[in-house]
Amino acid sequence: MSDIRLEKVTKNFGATEVIKGIDLAIDPGEFVVLVGPSGCGKSTLLNLIAGLETITGGDIYIGGKRVNDTPPRDRDIAMVFQSYALYPTKTVRNNITFGMVSRNIPKADQDAAVQEISTLLQIERLLSRKPGQLSGGQRQRVAMGRALVRKPDVFLFDEPLSNLDAKLRIEMRTEIKKLHQRLGKTIVYVTHDQIEAMTLASRIAVMDNGHIRQFADPATIYEDPVDLFVAGFMGSPPMNMIPGKIGAQDGQYVVSTSNPDEAPLDFPLPPALYERASAMDGRDVILGLRPEAIFAAGTELPGANRFIFERPVSVVEPTGPDTMILFHHAGLDVVARVRPEDSRPEGTLFSFEADMEKAKLFDAKTTLRI
Amino acid sequence: MSRKNLSGIVQQKGTQHVVMRTLLFLTLGVFCLYYLIPLIVMIATSLKSLEEIRAGSLLSLPQKVTFDAWTKAWSSACVGVRCDGLQPFFWNSVAMVVPAVTISTILGALNGYALTKWRFPGADIIFALILFGAFIPFQVILLPMARTLGVLGLAGTIPGLILVHVIYGLAFTTLFFRNFFIGVSSGIIQAAQIDGAGFFGIFFRIVLPMSLPAIVVTVIWQFTQIWNDFLFGIAFTVGDSNPVTVALNNVVNTSTGVKEYNVDMAAAIIAALPTLAVYVIAGAYFVRGLSAGAVKG
Repeated sequence: MSDIRLEKVTKNFGATEVIKGIDLAIDPGEFVVLVGPSGCGKSTLLNLIAGLETITGGDIYIGGKRVNDTPPRDRDIAMVFQSYALYPTKTVRNNITFGMVSRNIPKADQDAAVQEISTLLQIERLLSRKPGQLSGGQRQRVAMGRALVRKPDVFLFDEPLSNLDAKLRIEMRTEIKKLHQRLGKTIVYVTHDQIEAMTLASRIAVMDNGHIRQFADPATIYEDPVDLFVAGFMGSPPMNMIPGKIGAQDGQYVVSTSNPDEAPLDFPLPPALYERASAMDGRDVILGLRPEAIFAAGTELPGANRFIFERPVSVVEPTGPDTMILFHHAGLDVVARVRPEDSRPEGTLFSFEADMEKAKLFDAKTTLRI
Repeated sequence: MSRKNLSGIVQQKGTQHVVMRTLLFLTLGVFCLYYLIPLIVMIATSLKSLEEIRAGSLLSLPQKVTFDAWTKAWSSACVGVRCDGLQPFFWNSVAMVVPAVTISTILGALNGYALTKWRFPGADIIFALILFGAFIPFQVILLPMARTLGVLGLAGTIPGLILVHVIYGLAFTTLFFRNFFIGVSSGIIQAAQIDGAGFFGIFFRIVLPMSLPAIVVTVIWQFTQIWNDFLFGIAFTVGDSNPVTVALNNVVNTSTGVKEYNVDMAAAIIAALPTLAVYVIAGAYFVRGLSAGAVKG
């Protein structure tokens, strides 16, 4: 098992700076997910670790060894590509053994390794087929088999599930997690799917525009985002971000939100936030409330710091287990997650309850968490 | 595949449709005949005896089929002063075309692979320059090439002609392969790199087997170009090393004796047969190769 360390890593393509100084320390056996929107540099970062791109500045260490100038074949890594990148003219067996053939590993060892991997991934029946005769899920398995068979120290996954249909994606996601639990190897996994990131990672690195915004375990990323970007990227439907102003009212701090056509709402902040709120008194802030923090009044066990308000329902979106109710406030569509039986038709006045314990405050100017 | 997809499409019915269809096939038939008549005349004439040619009309079919003209064209017609038929020159052409096609195809594949999958600074400029070679008229390079062959000591020999065709063909073969490889996923190359294969390992074990359609297109193109070439053949070879195209010209344009149309026709067909055979054998791949970018690997 190897750790991976990136120090002040930068990468330019011509005059464009794609990776803008990244420090990252990945522990041995860890499952790290790089997540971010398209073009944030996450795949480039993975290619730098793989050695498929040349680093512009900084250092990369794998297993304590500086690998800046080491070609991919000597880095003891294996990679699974988004397009699978199977060799189309070779059978599944020869796809899997190609790496061993290139490294002159004895035939008997190759056969044993193929046997072991094909059993593990349940692809024994497919060994003599060509990639063109396989379904998407089978190709995915073969691509993983090709990576696993060499037993490298580090696995790199570049959006491996994004070409699969929704159901298969969830199945393969679970399998990848099981594989990691069984093999315990270091994994770096790139995806733009925040649910994949949440379900798989031991730690998530949220990337944006060539920087890492936050690197932490999934619960921290979700519950304790450092800024509006991380808060907005993780979670589906995304967090409601209601603009307002902090003010003091009757010894309490509230976030006053309003819109010309609507009645204002003063969201009372929980006492835990008073100290930080006092420093921002009178300033513009963004109040972050995840959809599950707003529900139908009286449908959850009572708790401290609840805020009940009424708004007409504007859109109803049933998802099955929950129903999303949208209402207009402060110039945006705010999403609330209610139980299906509490749903009401569009236009009805609805009584919402917000769990202000879960509210997050962001500085409207710097977008940083307060 | 496309045939199967089309058969289910609902089509128009009715009198107007029938009339239009009849017209369509009539037109197609006329064009078909127009293209086939020269070939029919050639084959028919080559199977006639000289007397029959003089007596009958150009379009009439042979009364008595005889292969004498073919035998003569192949083994005893006079090419210049030598009367061994086309045979020795036919083998000259084979000895020239096989290495010329093989070498130019392999080098073109290597060029295309390097230009698309191992990008280096200036790759686009180099490709543009190579591409420019495809537009240089044959006549322009005759003199410099003659001088080069002279310096190399290859003037008037088959190896010299092979060299000329390889160099001239590189622009086209590079273009074909470059355009084929540009559609090949770079992920495959990256995967092979991580699997530990090098530049040539990836080329011979992964890329070349994938490029069968491009190889077939290139081979057909190069074979036809080189086999049918007359200008380089007449400019850079002498007498016994002439390719079959030059020999054919010498047979047909002979100024002595009676004009033997049947022998001329048979000789022309013999000289054209190899390219015809290549089309028939590999033609299906030719069409497939041209649309290779649209087909998933």
